[in-house]
Amino acid sequence: MTLNTPTQHDPLVRLVDIHKRFGPLVVLEGVNLSLKAGETTVIIGESGAGKSVILKHIVRLIKPDRGEVHFGGQRIDNMAERELAILRPRFGFLFQLSALFDSMTVGENVAFPIAEHTRRKQSEIEDSVSEKLAMVGLDGLQPKWPSELSGGQKKRVALARAIALDPELILYDEPTTGLDPPRADEINELILKLKTELAVTSVVVTHDMASALKVADRIVMLRKGKLVFDGTPKTIMKTDNPRVLEFVEGRCSDEVLDSLRSKG
Amino acid sequence: MPLLYEVGNRTLPVIIITGTFVGLVLAVQSYDQLHAAGFEQRMGVLLTATLIPELGPVLAGVMLAGRVGGALTAELGTMRVTEQISALTVMGTDPIRQLVVPRFLACMLFAPLLTFSCDIFGSLAGWFVAVVMKDIPSSPYWYYIAYSMETWDIMVGFLKSVVFGAAIGFIACYKGFHCRNGAEGVGRACTESFVISFIVLLVTDFFIGTFFSGLYRALYGLKSLV
Ligand SMILES: Nc1ncnc2c1ncn2[C@@H]1O[C@H](COP(=O)(O)OP(=O)(O)O)[C@@H](O)[C@H]1O
Ligand SMILES: [Mg+2]
Repeated sequence: MTLNTPTQHDPLVRLVDIHKRFGPLVVLEGVNLSLKAGETTVIIGESGAGKSVILKHIVRLIKPDRGEVHFGGQRIDNMAERELAILRPRFGFLFQLSALFDSMTVGENVAFPIAEHTRRKQSEIEDSVSEKLAMVGLDGLQPKWPSELSGGQKKRVALARAIALDPELILYDEPTTGLDPPRADEINELILKLKTELAVTSVVVTHDMASALKVADRIVMLRKGKLVFDGTPKTIMKTDNPRVLEFVEGRCSDEVLDSLRSKG
Repeated sequence: MPLLYEVGNRTLPVIIITGTFVGLVLAVQSYDQLHAAGFEQRMGVLLTATLIPELGPVLAGVMLAGRVGGALTAELGTMRVTEQISALTVMGTDPIRQLVVPRFLACMLFAPLLTFSCDIFGSLAGWFVAVVMKDIPSSPYWYYIAYSMETWDIMVGFLKSVVFGAAIGFIACYKGFHCRNGAEGVGRACTESFVISFIVLLVTDFFIGTFFSGLYRALYGLKSLV
């Protein structure tokens, strides 16, 4: 029993040697990642590198072919769904496409997890909903339908839904992708605000370097199934790894450049 | 429940029109032959014997597959590709219980209801042709129907409709739930859902029909309709 009791020094999430393939497509080849409570970790990497796949392992939307996933000191990759259901309220997930239920209003969307997991009265649920919507600056939008919202508003409502049950861990899948720069920065500010006000642990998947540098305590880069960089916003600027630099500076690689020039 | 209202709204008017016109066509086309043989008063029997165990369930099934099955696949498929289904799972709600079970049950409930409507409106259309257009007296029309109709046929028709409803519900939900990514994934899932439902419907109709007519012969011998 002592072995399984989490202590303050234990990481909140631990991915151990995760391997994952989809048919012939090898996506993850031995990913190791531990997340300290209270820290914001940003995962960068090219599109299709498998960043979302990592996030989905943490919430057990995907099970690894090999390796282990631990959350709060418990191993969850082989846990029964019934047991896992007890842990689920402890994480919030902001999906890339927001994933608001389009058959429900904004208010019903945010109320949904509260009604599913608690026995609160209707009036109490409504209070929580307006509190969470206020947190993302959208209280009063309850009667709107998701289809009536802008992209940025959808993300914020989805974020209000993700934090409805006061999770310890929030996972953001490309939270700024598809938003104009000011809208994107609103999301960055929200990520920072939730970190300080709710003391949450966060993982942000992105290929928006401005966002990564702004919100990260730690940045890791995924490439070819492995984490090839692990550092801070400061150290990533000084890296001598050419692949990481290309990403940070938003340049294409010299080989690609050569091939483009030779054909032109 | 909005789901039931939606399903009913999409299917009932269409099945009423279908049942009515199939009844009209069958009656008009069979009248001359029946009249020549002196059996025109038994026209209703031909209609109910065709509709109740056979055409009613099949037409209702086709309507359900086209109007509801496709829409269910599109709805669940869209929820899959926009990650709404993943969102349910992450929030600890079983998407099968939340989304699939009610839709499956709605299909199973509506198939017999649609079949019943198709049978009723088909028979009424036959009555219209016989009594209003061809001056056959009304009471023998209903008398011969009542005389020839058996619980057996009604049971077979009912059973078929429930099986069709379940098959359509299952196929539609399965195809939506396991939809591939992208808009073309949803489109393809819908087409496949309808085509597979349609084929499954005709094939199971053949097997159920063969099984029960064999069983009937073994139990009661041949029944003459005239
Ligand atoms: N459920 C799945 N089934 C099959 N292939 C998948 C699945 N999820 C992701 N993939 C594939 O895995 C690769 C990595 O995907 P993803 O993690 O979404 O990339 P990204 O780093 O852009 O988030 C992609 O090639 C994607 O097509
Ligand atoms: Mg992704």
